[in-house]
Amino acid sequence: MSEIEKLLNPSDFEAFQKKIVEGRDPNRTAVAVCSGPGCLAYASGKVFDRFKVELLESGLAEEVTLAQTGCHGFCERGPSVVILPDEICYLRVSPDDVKEIIETTLRGGGIVERLLYKGEDGLPVQKESDIPFYKHQQKVVFGDNKRIDPRSIDDYIARGGYTALVKAITTMSPETVIAEVKESGLRGRGGGGFPAGAKWEATAKPPADTRYVIVNADEGDPGAYMDRGILEGNPHSVIEGLMIGGYAIGANEGYIYVRQEYPLAIDNVLYALEVLREIGLLGENILGTGFNFDIIVHKGAGAFVSGESSALMSAIEGRVGEPRPKYIRTSISGLRGKPSCLNNVETWANVPLIINKGADWFKSIGTEGSKGTKIFSLVGNVKNTGLVEVPMGMTLRQIIFDIGGGIRDDKEFKAVQTGGPSGGVIPEDMLDLHVDYDELYAAGSMMGSGGMIVMDKDTCMVNVAKYFLEFLSDESCGKCVPCRDGIDQLLEVLQRLTSGNALEEDLELIEDISLMMKECALCGLGQSAPNPVLSSIKYFKDEYIAHIAEKRCPGGVCKALIAYTIDKEKCIGCGKCMKVCPVAAITGEKKSPHKINNALCVKCDSCYQECPAKVQAVTKIRQADVITAFATSEEAANE
Amino acid sequence: MLGKLAAVDKIIEAHGSEREGLIQILLDIQREFRWLPKDILEHVSKRLDVPINYIYNLTTFYAHFSLVPKGRHSMHVCMGTACHVRGAERLLERTSKVLGIKPGQTSRDEKFSLDTVNCLGACALGPVMIADDEYLSNPTMEDIRRKADSCE
Repeated sequence: MSEIEKLLNPSDFEAFQKKIVEGRDPNRTAVAVCSGPGCLAYASGKVFDRFKVELLESGLAEEVTLAQTGCHGFCERGPSVVILPDEICYLRVSPDDVKEIIETTLRGGGIVERLLYKGEDGLPVQKESDIPFYKHQQKVVFGDNKRIDPRSIDDYIARGGYTALVKAITTMSPETVIAEVKESGLRGRGGGGFPAGAKWEATAKPPADTRYVIVNADEGDPGAYMDRGILEGNPHSVIEGLMIGGYAIGANEGYIYVRQEYPLAIDNVLYALEVLREIGLLGENILGTGFNFDIIVHKGAGAFVSGESSALMSAIEGRVGEPRPKYIRTSISGLRGKPSCLNNVETWANVPLIINKGADWFKSIGTEGSKGTKIFSLVGNVKNTGLVEVPMGMTLRQIIFDIGGGIRDDKEFKAVQTGGPSGGVIPEDMLDLHVDYDELYAAGSMMGSGGMIVMDKDTCMVNVAKYFLEFLSDESCGKCVPCRDGIDQLLEVLQRLTSGNALEEDLELIEDISLMMKECALCGLGQSAPNPVLSSIKYFKDEYIAHIAEKRCPGGVCKALIAYTIDKEKCIGCGKCMKVCPVAAITGEKKSPHKINNALCVKCDSCYQECPAKVQAVTKIRQADVITAFATSEEAANE
Repeated sequence: MLGKLAAVDKIIEAHGSEREGLIQILLDIQREFRWLPKDILEHVSKRLDVPINYIYNLTTFYAHFSLVPKGRHSMHVCMGTACHVRGAERLLERTSKVLGIKPGQTSRDEKFSLDTVNCLGACALGPVMIADDEYLSNPTMEDIRRKADSCE
């Protein structure tokens, strides 16, 4: 911002917005360097720094806007750099490429072909929106990221930011705002899918002197980072949504509860709030309308269960983030005993769009029961990992194969996991399921906050179920017995399964314990904790049976059940496996077949991964077969 | 000693010396000292008029707090689902082997701490670990050794 001027009334805001928009040339060249979590990890900061230096040196700094923006989505090929207005998308950009981009594209108007995306047919794709990963998406909430510097309120306002807030507080009554959100059919994006409008209405109703609105940014699902992407990249969209909610519900104070593991998100939000206070969009008597509102940021200290509404509110009060029984909902008695409305980051970010474009527009996207778009973090064994935003109703197959490009290394697909530790796995024959709250729930999984973890044939479903239970066992707060002890008992059974000591009755035992937990646990975490296990038994029972009856792990993951061997016929004696083995269990002469000494092997899987894909001489066998082989063969006796 | 407590007082005052700000205060203390020493917690207990067992209730509940000293360099291995299906467990084993400590431990010379985290939000790079501020995508033992050797 050039100068600080307090906006005192709606026409001040209009003039402010007009000045920003008029001062901008839509055809001006801009360089958007992605600084989302994925790209930053690929050192996109260095790319940005190089751009800064080189632009100055080339004398183009005045003519070109350079911005460090939020996540563009295509994390797999980061760091990503998009040149606007033509949307030329360069991927895997290193600092050494910067000079060439400046000379060729910015100055010469040409293309650096080697940095473009290349499709299956090998042809380069120039425009970001033509890349298959982006082509099938519908970016409503996430689309402005590449055009917005998260530190610039001007950028946000130039894209129509805060016009929804101004519209709401100057032309709409709180009741009409709630009615609009209700009509839109917006459902909570954090997992449960509770209708947002109904929640707002319930919070506005009870008589109270104080009410609160809260953003849940305690994104704890492992494998999900959508909320981080929004908060880091476009913090104002969440803040604007929260303010509209505050106005509608009658709250003067809002909270943003964000986990301390997201320092950039915290910094960007705090910075945004500071700017808003300076220009008078936050504080007392906003734009002279009589609406008072301020926002406080609360950092979470790391507890998965604190994402639950009543637990999150006690954490804000400075207490242990444990849930309480909800005979009385938080919409009636929440934070400090006052009516409180908690929504997820993505839910709040949808609100300004609904107010500006109307409920009818929002309803036009999606399915009967699930409206709008949903952002997923498409990760795991898929070719194109990243954050994707799709209309509700798209099939899982479209997301994984059209957007995700299929399975890494062209392996076979096994399952996709949605809903995190509360959700379940979905097998191949159900890939035509639509992403829709109700359809996913009926399939034994759930929408969840948006984690979508793709698993290939080398994944063990029993091991994945055990993984989630280990996670939940760590994260259960321990307040209620069904969850605390139920999870540990389930985990014990799963440990028996993965070590080859389970009995057939154990499957029944799992179902018994699960049923008890679903009925009796205090909060959503405990009630949904058995889902990952139950859904994998439902769709992959054969894998469980293999672990029990044959002591075999079909995915080749469970260490107690597998052993490694080298196929004499296939081995070319390249020595790669021998070199990588940390315990020197592999021996052999160059160009002649190698051998693994199973007594020394620690099953680290390094040799299996190192063996060239064309050779595939290292194979996994049953541990049980190794013992018999050693006991009978003469060769083994000589080892 | 006095200097240490003065720094703590500054943190307490920044959060309005209120019981409600306790978690935020502890987070800042943890950031300042890399762990939560007992004498400091006792000081906080007095200043805020909160029983010490209430503070320990918080510090043992939230994963971020540490009641033992942490190393000068932190190694965090991501255990998120996306990393798990791409081999996070093996990465943890490799890192543990290189550093000679188990997850949750700090080396004797207080140089390294090895911890696991539920998700780093860098799923595309999985399995991933973060060494101080640097992300390492599926590093080999050699890569981890090189990184460890470069730490002071």
